[in-house]
Amino acid sequence: MNLATVSAAYLRARALNTTLNVLLLALGIATITLLLLTTSQLEERMQRDARGIDLVVGAKGSPMQIILSSIYQLDVPTGNVSWKQAQELARHRAVRKMIPLALADNYKGYRVVGTNHDYVAHYGARLAQGRLWQAPLEAVLGADLAAQSNLAVGSTFIGAHGMGTREGEHMHDAYSYQVVGVLAPTGTVVDRIVLTDVASVWAVHADQHDIKDVMRVAELLPDDEKELTALLIQYASPLAAAVLPRYINQNSEMQAASPAYETARLFTIIGVGVDVLRGFALVLIIAAGLSVFIALYNALLERRYDLAVMRALGASPARLVALMLLEGLLLAGIGAVLGIALGHFLTEVLGVALTAAKQVAVTGWTWVPEELWLIGLALAVGIVAALLPAWRAYRTDIAGTLARG
Amino acid sequence: MFAMRDLKHAYDSTEVLRVDAWRVEQGSQWLVLGPSGSGKTTLLHILAAILRPTAGSVSIAGQDFAALKPADLDRFRGQRIGIVLQRLHLVASLSVVKNLLLAQYLAGVSQDGARVREVLGSLDVAGKAGAYPHELSFGQAQRVAVARAVVNRPKLLLADEPTSNLDDARCAHAFGLLESQARACGATLVIATHDQRIKARMRNHYVLGAQA
Repeated sequence: MNLATVSAAYLRARALNTTLNVLLLALGIATITLLLLTTSQLEERMQRDARGIDLVVGAKGSPMQIILSSIYQLDVPTGNVSWKQAQELARHRAVRKMIPLALADNYKGYRVVGTNHDYVAHYGARLAQGRLWQAPLEAVLGADLAAQSNLAVGSTFIGAHGMGTREGEHMHDAYSYQVVGVLAPTGTVVDRIVLTDVASVWAVHADQHDIKDVMRVAELLPDDEKELTALLIQYASPLAAAVLPRYINQNSEMQAASPAYETARLFTIIGVGVDVLRGFALVLIIAAGLSVFIALYNALLERRYDLAVMRALGASPARLVALMLLEGLLLAGIGAVLGIALGHFLTEVLGVALTAAKQVAVTGWTWVPEELWLIGLALAVGIVAALLPAWRAYRTDIAGTLARG
Repeated sequence: MFAMRDLKHAYDSTEVLRVDAWRVEQGSQWLVLGPSGSGKTTLLHILAAILRPTAGSVSIAGQDFAALKPADLDRFRGQRIGIVLQRLHLVASLSVVKNLLLAQYLAGVSQDGARVREVLGSLDVAGKAGAYPHELSFGQAQRVAVARAVVNRPKLLLADEPTSNLDDARCAHAFGLLESQARACGATLVIATHDQRIKARMRNHYVLGAQA
């Protein structure tokens, strides 16, 4: 027998009321947990995908579209850039490393990305099976894609033209890709794409140029007709940030986009929606706090004889205060733990749904330090809701209450 | 055992109780008699240290209440004074055993399951140990209330109108319980009542007149 067992007995005695209050609080906490988990994971994921890429160069258009299409493989590209201009840019002294990207095809919604082996090295991807591509139309699969499709080393597939965003795209059925390797998971965008040589993209369009020997397309296609989609650039020095974007935008038909700037901009846009949801969740929590307050206050009125009797049995006023606060804390604590568990569960459900939709994966089986603050917030709500009832309990007029009863 | 001197109590300047001097020896048993409104309950509450008198002094076992700090007074009340309220007021959310354990816990004494069973046994309600108050008959509930009052072996046992609403047989029985339980723990017994039936059963009477 102690204050906790007494509080628990009171909560049990009002099981329905207790359950409703706990659920109300849990829903608010769960919503915030869901937001915390998804935004932190998305942010981390997007930062990881963009790490080490200082600048992306694409065709003239929206810089955000360039970033979304070439780093995150989400949006359609703004257009093509010429291979010759890209070669010139690669020789610029502000450029340390340039990775070419050529996007054209998709396989069942997964992007087929033509690039070179630097791309694989940049994301630290290791081979799980097979080898990297050595010739056009050889393909290496990202880990998620390999797990979700029935492709394996040795299989062949036909790419569909486009970015996998529309149904009924025409198939490049004249040419099929051959899978030569599968990458181990990296936790980056690489997991969700098919990697191949830049020349593969030229190869599947070779018939437009009357080239019969697709294996030699890189030699046969005139340099003027070679095109790329985007260039991932690493600066040679921090100083390059001041020079290179302006140089590109003014002296070429290309457009430079800064991943850091564009992702920050993207998060401010998403942030508005997140803030609205967060506000909604806070309203839920405040409503839960009010509900807990009403419950405790009514309980106090029902219980005024009990409180007076407890004083008569030797309880100090401080004990009664502790009893009321503990009850608020118990309600809030149970609500918080339940809410956080629910939040993680919902995040995992969302993650499974997103994976099925070939989107960025989120998982519920991780946690962020902010959740501790969330528990603190819930407990604070519990205490605040219990303050007035506790004060009334403190002021219990023992003799007056017992004489009336 | 306890002594009162020049005691007065008033609610909103209406005097409801006046005791010029009253001394009681340890272990003695008293009836406080008087019609309704004569201040019996007020006197009992003052003795139980749950009400501070407007004027005058009360001391129990040589301890002047006015000299005790609030926290010490609470502890003193819990450990030395047992009270059986007219409406019993068992805690409805707790079982019989837990009501008694609560009395031990709140008084700050160690929780002793053996003592709880012993008291319930001596009051013939051991079989109801796990029951909740609403599952008890009035007689059983009254015995549990007595058990709760004596579980800490108080030096002073107080009862407020314990026999009202009881028929003659039950009245005698309830009275007997209080008498025997008080004797068992060597407590001074003070019963406030207007019940004429038990008047004859106790030698010591303190009569309160209706106040003007």
